[in-house]
Amino acid sequence: MTHPVPTTERQTAVRRSPLRRLAYSQTAAPWLFVLPFILSFALFFAYPVLSAVNMSFQEVLPGQVRYIGLENYRGLWNPTFRKALMNSTEYTVFTLLVLIPLPLVLAVFLNSKLMVLRNFFRSTLFIPALTSVVVAGTVFRLAFGELEGSLMNTFVTALGFEPQKWLRHEGLAMFTLVVLATWRWMGINILYFLAGLQNIPRELYESAEIDGATAWDRFIRITLPLLKPITIYVLTISIYGGYAMFTESYMLWAGNRSPNDIGLTIVGYLYRNGLEQNNLGLGSAVGIALLVITFTVTMIQLKLTGMFRRED
Amino acid sequence: MSAGNAKHRRFLTAALVILFVLLGLFAVFPIVTLIVASFKPAQEMMRYGLNLRLDPELVSLKNYTYLFSDQSLYLTWYKNSLVITAIFTVLCLLFSSMVGYALAVYRFRFRNALFALVLVTMMIPLEIIILPLYKLSISLKLINNMWGVILPFMVAPLPIFFFRQYAGGLPKDFLDAARVDGCTEFGMFFRIMVPLMAPAFSSMFILQSLFSWNNFLWPLIVLRTNEQLTIPIGLATLLTPYGNNFDMLISGAVLAIVPILIVFLFFQKYFIEGMTAGGIKG
Repeated sequence: MTHPVPTTERQTAVRRSPLRRLAYSQTAAPWLFVLPFILSFALFFAYPVLSAVNMSFQEVLPGQVRYIGLENYRGLWNPTFRKALMNSTEYTVFTLLVLIPLPLVLAVFLNSKLMVLRNFFRSTLFIPALTSVVVAGTVFRLAFGELEGSLMNTFVTALGFEPQKWLRHEGLAMFTLVVLATWRWMGINILYFLAGLQNIPRELYESAEIDGATAWDRFIRITLPLLKPITIYVLTISIYGGYAMFTESYMLWAGNRSPNDIGLTIVGYLYRNGLEQNNLGLGSAVGIALLVITFTVTMIQLKLTGMFRRED
Repeated sequence: MSAGNAKHRRFLTAALVILFVLLGLFAVFPIVTLIVASFKPAQEMMRYGLNLRLDPELVSLKNYTYLFSDQSLYLTWYKNSLVITAIFTVLCLLFSSMVGYALAVYRFRFRNALFALVLVTMMIPLEIIILPLYKLSISLKLINNMWGVILPFMVAPLPIFFFRQYAGGLPKDFLDAARVDGCTEFGMFFRIMVPLMAPAFSSMFILQSLFSWNNFLWPLIVLRTNEQLTIPIGLATLLTPYGNNFDMLISGAVLAIVPILIVFLFFQKYFIEGMTAGGIKG
């Protein structure tokens, strides 16, 4: 307390060691904290993204690289890529049609005052999300096997149908993929909608009830509009997930080879060209195409759902 | 009127319970059949496909003893998966909590720009960079090496986002008090913020360790030799166009999922928070 100017005193003490000064500096600290992100972003994100753009204009052969302009993109317009594009699009559309409305309604049921054992059911439906695609793929590959005794064939023959070759027929293969996605993601999407429902104030429902609104009115006029933000979020991640699907197909058909490419996806096509056939240029062009597709679809979706409007 | 109403309500509750029991069966049925199948000889599987039939005479632990025998690399894969998951999760939580904390607490230049970059990495599908990342990993000598699996995705955007939201909601008074008492900036983070952020750490621990344990596409590209594989990649190699090694595949899949199910039973809350972390709005 005898020091006339204690701060200067302390600063001189600190200045003695640069390391100590750094430890106390409020200007340096945030930069040291964010340094891991900056390094990782530069090396493992920005550089690969730019490099993917660059490679998509190149012919990349071992030891020699040359620019070939738009040749890779022109090469993309072939029946196999179109097939992959169609498969990924169909898969995305079907998973959206199933995995948005169904979990939304189920979450409303689960949240209802009439429901009992809420947490038990919530947890049970969540269990499939814990499995890896490898485990899920193994089960579904066997359950949708072509043997007469396989689970699905036992089921359909009990209903009076012929046993099916699930993984060899175009429509049935897509069906299998969508069932697999539904099995794995239903529980998680229910959780998202449940979180959204819990943010809706109870009073809204109570006053609507006093005004004589039926359960259906309340669902349409209160629940649906107030679930819009979370619905848009689930929609966005589902579009990304749908177009980026690969592992499910890889597991169902033991590698990247399905008969007539009925299970080939865009990422599968990227994997085939870039890694299996070592054509990094074409593979990168597929990657950029995937980026453009997901970005465009998401923007259209956000536009249609009115996310860009200021007042909503 | 009210008696009829009560009856009506009971009927609705019963209908809902039946619906959710059916859905619950759909959810657990595949896992149960898998567990049942793991006790049956593989020839049975080849002949009849997957089903719930369990002939007591055929039940055996053979598939499991085979997994742990010298003929199988399963234990090596298991060890690899455990090591990679542990290192990945610890480093990911350390770094992403630091970044998230700094973005929430300090005011510095480019803070918003950096946060925007975090959001950008969340919005670009990682599948598009696997080819350049593969090339980069070759030059950095990360191929067939566990660090090649760990490093590229270690500083992950979702946990950064989550920690930023969480730290932003905590009181800052402690920090100023600590500063007056002569605590370093790092001391403040480790001694004050980390304990305060414990719930966020639990959720992110679950999310990231599950991601790493189940991760497929990137390890499939990086890991080359049988001795280096993780469980998912190792199991996938058992499926080939020339025949499938079901005895190992099924019991191996069961052992990969059972530990997670056990942990889930005890820490359901954190699983649910962690897995839905992306839906949290700021």
